[in-house]
Amino acid sequence: MSEEQPTGPSAANQAAYWKSTLRLTISLLAVWFLVSFGAGIIFRDALDNFSIGGAPLGFWMAQNGSIYVFLLLIVIYCIRMTQLEKKYGIRG
Amino acid sequence: MVDPWTIFWVVTTFGLYIIIAIRARAGSTEDFYVAGHDVHPVINGMATGADWMSAASFLSMAGLIAFMGYGGSVYLMGWTGGYVLLALLLAPYLREFGKFTVPDFVGDRYYSKVARVIAVLCALFVSFTYIAGQMKGVGVAFSGFLGVSFNVGILIGMGIVFFYAVLGGMKGITYTQVAQYVVLIFAYTVPAIFISLTITGNPVPQLGFIGNAAGTDVSMLDKLNTVVTDLGFREYTSTDKSQLDVFCITAALMFGTAGLPHVIIRFFTVGSARAARKSAGWALMFIALLYTVAPAVGAFARMNFVDTVNEATYIADAENYETRAAEILADGGKPVPEWYKDWEKTGLLAYEDLNGDGVMQYRGPDAPDGLANEVTLNRDIFVLANPQIANLPNWVIGLVVAGGLAAALSTAAGLLMVISSAVSHDLLKRTFRPDMSEKSEMLAARVAAAFAVLLAGLLGIFATQLPFVAQVVAFAFGLAAASLFPIIFLGIFWKRMNKQGAISSMLTGLVTTFAYIYYFKFIDRTAEHWLFGISPEGIGFVFMWLSLAVGIGVSLVTPPPPQAIQDLVQDIRIPGMRRIHGARDRDMPPTPETKVT
Repeated sequence: MSEEQPTGPSAANQAAYWKSTLRLTISLLAVWFLVSFGAGIIFRDALDNFSIGGAPLGFWMAQNGSIYVFLLLIVIYCIRMTQLEKKYGIRG
Repeated sequence: MVDPWTIFWVVTTFGLYIIIAIRARAGSTEDFYVAGHDVHPVINGMATGADWMSAASFLSMAGLIAFMGYGGSVYLMGWTGGYVLLALLLAPYLREFGKFTVPDFVGDRYYSKVARVIAVLCALFVSFTYIAGQMKGVGVAFSGFLGVSFNVGILIGMGIVFFYAVLGGMKGITYTQVAQYVVLIFAYTVPAIFISLTITGNPVPQLGFIGNAAGTDVSMLDKLNTVVTDLGFREYTSTDKSQLDVFCITAALMFGTAGLPHVIIRFFTVGSARAARKSAGWALMFIALLYTVAPAVGAFARMNFVDTVNEATYIADAENYETRAAEILADGGKPVPEWYKDWEKTGLLAYEDLNGDGVMQYRGPDAPDGLANEVTLNRDIFVLANPQIANLPNWVIGLVVAGGLAAALSTAAGLLMVISSAVSHDLLKRTFRPDMSEKSEMLAARVAAAFAVLLAGLLGIFATQLPFVAQVVAFAFGLAAASLFPIIFLGIFWKRMNKQGAISSMLTGLVTTFAYIYYFKFIDRTAEHWLFGISPEGIGFVFMWLSLAVGIGVSLVTPPPPQAIQDLVQDIRIPGMRRIHGARDRDMPPTPETKVT
């Protein structure tokens, strides 16, 4: 808080913040791809050998499970981004 | 017969929307376009939920899933997964950019009036396709349940939207959408809870979906698979689509969702990039409340329909239902359910006694007993008749109609904002009449909104004659994915992307996707001729890559964008930098504009 100057965070901090943001974004999108296109479509048949309650797992991931994970991904993103902003003195 | 409870709910909810509209009048262009840039993230999340969930989500989706089984997953994943892209890749950055509309970003980021105008055309085409379907939904709801004609129904709907959209702009729309969300989610989940209790004994539909069928130790889905295959249908958990096609449709819907202007502009209404991220999370939560219930409702409704209607003895209109039903029961038979008789009048259900035995045979294409199907039904029946199927009181039934109207009107209003701001702000203020005062821009926005309401109503009235209206999923999502998403994404994540790249990228996406959908929807409907077997609904995803490639290629062989633009991109990546560098939400200094080429 105290290090904030009228010019905003330092160039080094800005660069580090952006790098961390990109890394976070890419890893969350990897999970996004795996749970929907992966679990729900590509590996659906293999996952259907397992079940959650009375539903085949692959089918359930496509119809319900992936949606819960999507929500979780955005929550994690919000929390991590707030931490990153604090760490690098970014005041949005 | 018009149910008094239906009238009660429709009048009450419409009155509520009008009161909200009067209390939330827009005083400035900032109020009118983006609700003053200070909507709370949770409120905006809820408004986004209503904005997003259309007549199709509310009335048709569960029924579609009921018939498509696993194939319905494309809608479930596609229309929710897009919010991850929106939250991570677009919303916070576009909010940080400020301003009012999607073409605003395109025009400023690519320092080009041509790019702005092409973006306006994309936004207008997508929005008009989408809004015609909403108005048609309003007409259907009125003519089916309130005893007025289809056209009068559309006129009433137009009147209501006119009132709050023209008067209150985005501010009025935001708060009415919140009310509409509450109405629609209540109307959707209450019947779902009761039908879940009936079919599975579990009050939570999401748990009933993976639980056992009531009173047995067989899982609900296994039982459903057996029930439908015995009648000659495909297994519920299977699909007739190829894996590649399922993949492409899901992806086109996801990227299309992220690129739809009426969704994006909702994130301009919050106060900061951080609020935009949070708001996307809340929006998905409010949407997931309906979207995780929908597959359960679809499966339950399919099961219930077979249970109660198949092999039931039909009772003609001329006979007294109660005495005849009692006779059939006494003979050990199954009378046609009462809700069936009620809904038969709307034309959504029909029975034709092909073998003359007076019993209703519901069969699929490969029925093992070789009998022909005698029952035809419209998929919307599954949501509409749910409350009666579950024996709920009359007041809940009326609520479902009000919920459907709320879903249609809230989406229509969001689309109207895109249309009116594209005309008054992007075409007039930013392109042809830059010297316009704020007051005349407001007037222009209201006039544009009024005209848009009229045009939307006309499109709804003539929807049956306009074949493109029925292809919303293909056109709106395909074009948003292939023409808008790539340039917004590259505009944020690649500084080197320039004007020439953006224009060629948008045109590539627009022309290829439009041509493919038009050709395979209206000229040659043979699925065997599809490119790699990809349906028109999924092709937007393929051409999105082409559009990205063209954008990058053209940018690399033409000069890089001016330094000021590269600095602008740097600033929107770091929250707060725009403000530190002197840009304010209101009257942001214009970015350097090159001559129109």
